[in-house]
Amino acid sequence: MQGGTRLGFVLLLTPLLLWLGLLIVIPHIDMFLVSIKERVGVGEYDTSLANYGTFFAETLYLWTFLRTAVMSILATAITLLIAFPVSYYIAKIAKGRLQSALFLLCLVPFWVSELVRTFGWMILLRETGVFSSLLQWAGLADQPVEMLYNDAAIMVGLVYTSMLFMVVPLVTTLESLDNAVIEAGYDLGGNGFSVLREIVIPHAMPGIVSGCIVVFMLSLGNYLTPTMLGGKDSLWFTELIYAQFIVRFNWELGAAFGFMLLILSSVIVWATLRLTGQTLRDTLG
Amino acid sequence: MTPDLECTGLSRRFGDVKAVDDVTFSVAPGSFFSILGPSGCGKTTIMRMIAGFLEPSGGDIRIKGRSMLGVAPNKRPVNMVFQHLALFPMMDVAGNIGYGLRRAGLARADIARKVDEALDRIGLPGIGARKIDELSGGQKQRVAIARCMVLEPDVLLLDEPLGALDLKLREHMKIELKALQSAFDTTFVYITHDQSEALVMSDQIAVMNRGVFEQVGSARDLYYRPETAFVAGFVGDSNRWRGRVERMEGGALEIRTENGMLLRGAAHGRALGPGDVADIYVRPEAIRLAQNEGELARFENRISGRVTSLLFNGAASRILVAGPGGGEEIEVTLPQSGEFARTGKGDTVHVGWSGDQSNCFPAGK
Ligand SMILES: Nc1ncnc2c1ncn2[C@@H]1O[C@H](COP(=O)(O)OP(=O)(O)OP(=O)(O)O)[C@@H](O)[C@H]1O
Ligand SMILES: [Mg+2]
Repeated sequence: MQGGTRLGFVLLLTPLLLWLGLLIVIPHIDMFLVSIKERVGVGEYDTSLANYGTFFAETLYLWTFLRTAVMSILATAITLLIAFPVSYYIAKIAKGRLQSALFLLCLVPFWVSELVRTFGWMILLRETGVFSSLLQWAGLADQPVEMLYNDAAIMVGLVYTSMLFMVVPLVTTLESLDNAVIEAGYDLGGNGFSVLREIVIPHAMPGIVSGCIVVFMLSLGNYLTPTMLGGKDSLWFTELIYAQFIVRFNWELGAAFGFMLLILSSVIVWATLRLTGQTLRDTLG
Repeated sequence: MTPDLECTGLSRRFGDVKAVDDVTFSVAPGSFFSILGPSGCGKTTIMRMIAGFLEPSGGDIRIKGRSMLGVAPNKRPVNMVFQHLALFPMMDVAGNIGYGLRRAGLARADIARKVDEALDRIGLPGIGARKIDELSGGQKQRVAIARCMVLEPDVLLLDEPLGALDLKLREHMKIELKALQSAFDTTFVYITHDQSEALVMSDQIAVMNRGVFEQVGSARDLYYRPETAFVAGFVGDSNRWRGRVERMEGGALEIRTENGMLLRGAAHGRALGPGDVADIYVRPEAIRLAQNEGELARFENRISGRVTSLLFNGAASRILVAGPGGGEEIEVTLPQSGEFARTGKGDTVHVGWSGDQSNCFPAGK
């Protein structure tokens, strides 16, 4: 019996370990090894942290790195602010058909590829686009307005792309909140705000944290949206990595950048979990 | 004295369904009032209207003389113990009990003191720091009541609060609840589908069926003097036969059942006359069992028959007796005095009961 369960456990664990090993651990070890090489001549390499030195020495790199982090956090916060009322409505207020219809509506953008989705925003926001024409037609603007190629456009694109990944965990946790518990909150003298603060949000915390982690990672690692919607001044860190790997053929520096991104997202996720008092287990379970 | 709670003509419709239909009752201060009825009869609907979660379609609710129509749930001087308790799992026990006090804006020290007092009252001192899921079913129950009672509501509503507990604990909590009620000296409105809960604890019981109150009265009234066939059938157990009234003298009736058995019963003021179809209800415990016919001389109904089965259930054991000619089977409580310890299937026994104990009602459909 004991042996049997152990064997089953091992069998179940094997694919997971393979997946972790082949797709995550090995590439990252390799990337780390590449990142600590320094090219000293043609085909000659030394082991050093020079690539990381370059990263910290060049303000553009460091600046883009920090900007990407801050913008991703901001995008996560905005997504949460929009998704929370939407999820609450879907989980607690809408009934039956309306509920599934609304949920489906959140899914619709994912029926088309990310490229087309982003292109949709370009059609809306560009100088000759729909919004610009509408503003002119309404007399609010006397010349074409360019709304593309700036940070705000990136933000719109990121929030739009991330919405579903916030709504799904939120709806799931909010649905598991017993209506009677909310009613008890009111019955004992609470108002809308205090019930939200003391009952709904604490209950939804695992969903909020897991949604935020996913959205943050997706934003941080997004390449397409910042490239298409952002302008010259709104560089995204992934664009730098792409440039090093593909344009400059400097794999060593690119790998160092990639590793910095990994460290950044790990640190921020860890800090979020610590700050909210959640464990990874609560969040995922 | 103004009643603590008064409902007049209270109604609630869901589409075409009348969940609550013109219900009127009042609850005296400090009393224990129960609403007893089968599942789906509209008990929770009444509760939710009193608590303020549902708008009545008609009628009025007054608490201490003040109409509650249009008053938000958090502004009403009533609190509710929910069917599944609805404790806040995100807070500890002290947080749960203190929630309402915090909302009322009390100082932190006062809240702590009141919470401790409440924990003492419910006999669970020192568990304030426990989490909700570390409590047993009975402890949760008491915390849920304490959470409401610290707010000193005029009326406490309890929606089948014992439903989730196992039988043993339920028996225990019945007594406990009654004790808590007198300790807090608050008006309790209690709903349940379990008659023994209602009978044991209540000062007044309303029996509800399909959205209307069939009868309101004390436990004794309901048990000994049911006013409708539904109450007779729902409260306690009964033998139930249907027959046609053959003769009538004052309140006394002679009824012949469909199987030809002749029974004597009482209409207790209900409109029944010769020729009418009537339902007769007789409680198994109101029937006297005897070894020889002579002991039964004073009863209007006397039947000799054979025991067809023995339903052993400890103190509540019964036997089924079939009259001569294989008529209706009569369920009779088996006295536990030892006299009938050897009675078994096929034995001849004699049963009798007074005509007063046969409650007759005009037959429903
Ligand atoms: N929100 C609602 N919408 C439509 N019908 C409802 C609603 N709530 C209750 N009902 C109906 O009203 C009737 C009474 O329901 P209620 O919940 O009051 O029953 P109950 O006596 O509390 O039953 P139980 O003992 O099973 O809890 C039922 O027929 C139910 O289907
Ligand atoms: Mg109910």
